[in-house]
Amino acid sequence: MAETEKPFPPGTYPVVVVGSGPGGLQTSYCLKRVGVKHAVISADDAPGGMFLRFPIFQRLISWTKLHAPVDRGARDYERYDWNSLIGDSPKLGGLVADQMEGKIYFPSRAEMQAGLAAFATKARIRVRWNCEWQSTRHEDGCFVVSTSDGEFKCKVLIVATGMTEPWKPQIPGLEAAPHYAETRFPKEYSGKSVFIVGKRNSAFELADGILAYAKQMFLASPRPPSISLMSFHVASARARYLQVYEDYVLGGGSVILDAAIQRVERHANGYTVHAAGTTKPGDLRFDVDEVIAATGFTTPLGDLRELGVATFNQDRLPAMTNYWESASVPGIYFAGSVSQGAVGLKKHGIPGVSGAVQGMRYNAKVLAEFVAQKHFGIVPSKPRVQVGDLGRFILGEATHSPVLWVQKSYLARSVTFDGNGVIDDGIVPLAEFVDAAGSDALAVVVETGPTGDIYPVVYVRTRGGVQEHVFPSNYLHDFEGPEHAAQLESILKIVQQAR
Amino acid sequence: MASSTDTVELLSSLALFADLSRPQLEVVAHSFEEEFFPEGQRVLRQGIAGSNFYVIVDGEASVRIDGVDRVTLARGDFFGEISVLLNEPPNADIVALRPLRCIALPGTALVDFLVDHPRVMYRMLQTEALRLRATALWQM
Repeated sequence: MAETEKPFPPGTYPVVVVGSGPGGLQTSYCLKRVGVKHAVISADDAPGGMFLRFPIFQRLISWTKLHAPVDRGARDYERYDWNSLIGDSPKLGGLVADQMEGKIYFPSRAEMQAGLAAFATKARIRVRWNCEWQSTRHEDGCFVVSTSDGEFKCKVLIVATGMTEPWKPQIPGLEAAPHYAETRFPKEYSGKSVFIVGKRNSAFELADGILAYAKQMFLASPRPPSISLMSFHVASARARYLQVYEDYVLGGGSVILDAAIQRVERHANGYTVHAAGTTKPGDLRFDVDEVIAATGFTTPLGDLRELGVATFNQDRLPAMTNYWESASVPGIYFAGSVSQGAVGLKKHGIPGVSGAVQGMRYNAKVLAEFVAQKHFGIVPSKPRVQVGDLGRFILGEATHSPVLWVQKSYLARSVTFDGNGVIDDGIVPLAEFVDAAGSDALAVVVETGPTGDIYPVVYVRTRGGVQEHVFPSNYLHDFEGPEHAAQLESILKIVQQAR
Repeated sequence: MASSTDTVELLSSLALFADLSRPQLEVVAHSFEEEFFPEGQRVLRQGIAGSNFYVIVDGEASVRIDGVDRVTLARGDFFGEISVLLNEPPNADIVALRPLRCIALPGTALVDFLVDHPRVMYRMLQTEALRLRATALWQM
C-alpha cells in the first residue's frame, strides 16, 4: 500500500473517515460510489484493523465457503462468504476466498488481512497511514479532527475504529490477570491449570486453543453459556469453539461453571479465584496457575464523550440512531463493528450481526447513501419495478438476497408505491421502515423465529400504519414457490385496495 | 452487559430485582443487555410480533395506543411482559419520551428467567395487581 506521497493532507473535507479496518475500507468504498468526497485516516500502516492482530489464535470464527452453489464474485455468493468486503463489480467480490486454499471453512487471520488488502488495492481505496487521531472539537458547525499530521476539518465525521480496546469488569484483583489480548502461545500453557473469566466467544476460542496443552481448564461467568445452536444468533458461543464444552459435559476434566467471580488473588506461583455459584449456589475457590480475562472489548472513542457523544452498555458503545448517527451529536456516525450500537428490532431477542464483517459491510452501504442524501443532497437514482414483476422480485429477494439472509430482521428490502407504479428503494434499516412516516411502501426481511425456523416477513405501510405479514418457512429455504406467491398476491391486492 | 460494581448497584436499586442476592444480580447483569433509544424512538410496536422484555433504568417512555398517549413509564418500570407471556404482538407502542436506557431480556428467555427467579416473578405479579386495580378503579 506504500504511496510515495501521503494522500489526504490536513485540510478541509466534506467527510473524514477514521479507521482502516473492514468498516473504514467498506465505508470509503461506498462513499466513493455515491460521490461523496472524503479523507480516510488511520493510525495503522496497512489495511486490516483488528485483523492485523486478532483473533489471538490466528483463525477466524466466520466462514468463507470456497465450494459454494453460486459463482464467486456473484452477489449471492456473499451469503457463503462472510468475510470479504462487497463491491459493485464481480472483480471485487470474494477477495478473502481468493486468498484461501479451501481446506478449512474459516480463513486464517493472514488470509483475512490479505483479502482486505486486496480489496483496498483493487477498489483503489486511499488511506493516510500512520496518521493518529488525537483530539476532536466542534467549530463553526464543523468537526475539527486533530491528528499527528495536523488538523482535518469536516462536516461529517465517521468513526470506524472498531471495538478494539481490551475491557475488564470491576472485579477486585482481576486487573492483575492478563486480558484475552495478552494471551501467549498455546504451548506456553503446557501442563498448567488455566482459569478463563468469561463464557462468550473469546473465552471459548481461548479454551479451544489451549485445551490440548493445559493440564485443566476452568471457564466461569454468572450465567449459563449461550450457544449459537440454541440462541440462533452469532453473538452466542459458536459451534466452532465448543470442544471444551463437550469435554466438560462428557467428563473429560474441563470445568465450566455458572459463578460470579468475587475476587482474584495473585501469588508468586499463580492465582486464587474466589467465586459464588449462581445456578448452583455455594462458595467456590480455585487455585490455578493462570487466569485470563476473556471479558471483551470496548470502543476507542477518544475524546468524543467530552464532545457530547452519549454511550451505553457500560460506556462501551456510542448511543446511535437507526442510521448509525450519534444520538446526541448529529454529524458523527459510526461504521464497522461499532455500528452494532443501533440494535434494531431485535425480534425474538435475536440481534443483527453488525458487530461482524458480514453485517457491517451492508450497514456501510446504507450509511453512505444516507449521509450522501442528508448532508450533501445527493439523491440516488432509484430503479422502477414493473408492477407485474413485484411478487417475483420480493420473493426472489427473500430467497436469495445475502443482505436479508445475513442481517435478518435488521435490514430490509423496500419498495415504494407511487402514482406511476413501484420504485425500488433498495436496502433500509427495518426499524426505520416500521417507524418512519412515509409513502405507501412494502418491505421484506428474512427472520429467524423463536424456534429457529427461518421465514420471510413482509411489512406493509399504508396511510401511516404498518402491518406485519409472517410467511411460512420452507424446508429448502425456497420462498419462490406457489404457497408464498399466493400469500404475497393476496397482500398486494389489499395494498391496491387500500390505495 | 458484563458485571461490575456499578451495574449490580444499579440493578439492586430497581424494585423488580430488590430481593435478589448479589450473585443473582450478577446473573441478571449478564442475562439482560442494555439498550439505548433516542427520543421519539419506538421500543415496542403495536401489532408487530417478536418483541422483548424491558426494564427502564433511565429516562421516560410513553404507552401509546392507536396514537394516543395513555401512561408514562419511568425508571424501574417494566414493559413487554404481557406480549411475551400471551405470545401476542404488543397492543401498544412504547415510545421514548426522552433518551431512554433500558435493560432488555429476549422474550424467548423470559419464562425461564421468571421460573428461575421466583422473587422477581412475585414482584412482577405485585406490579400487575397494582395495574389491574388501577384499571378497575378507573373503569368504575
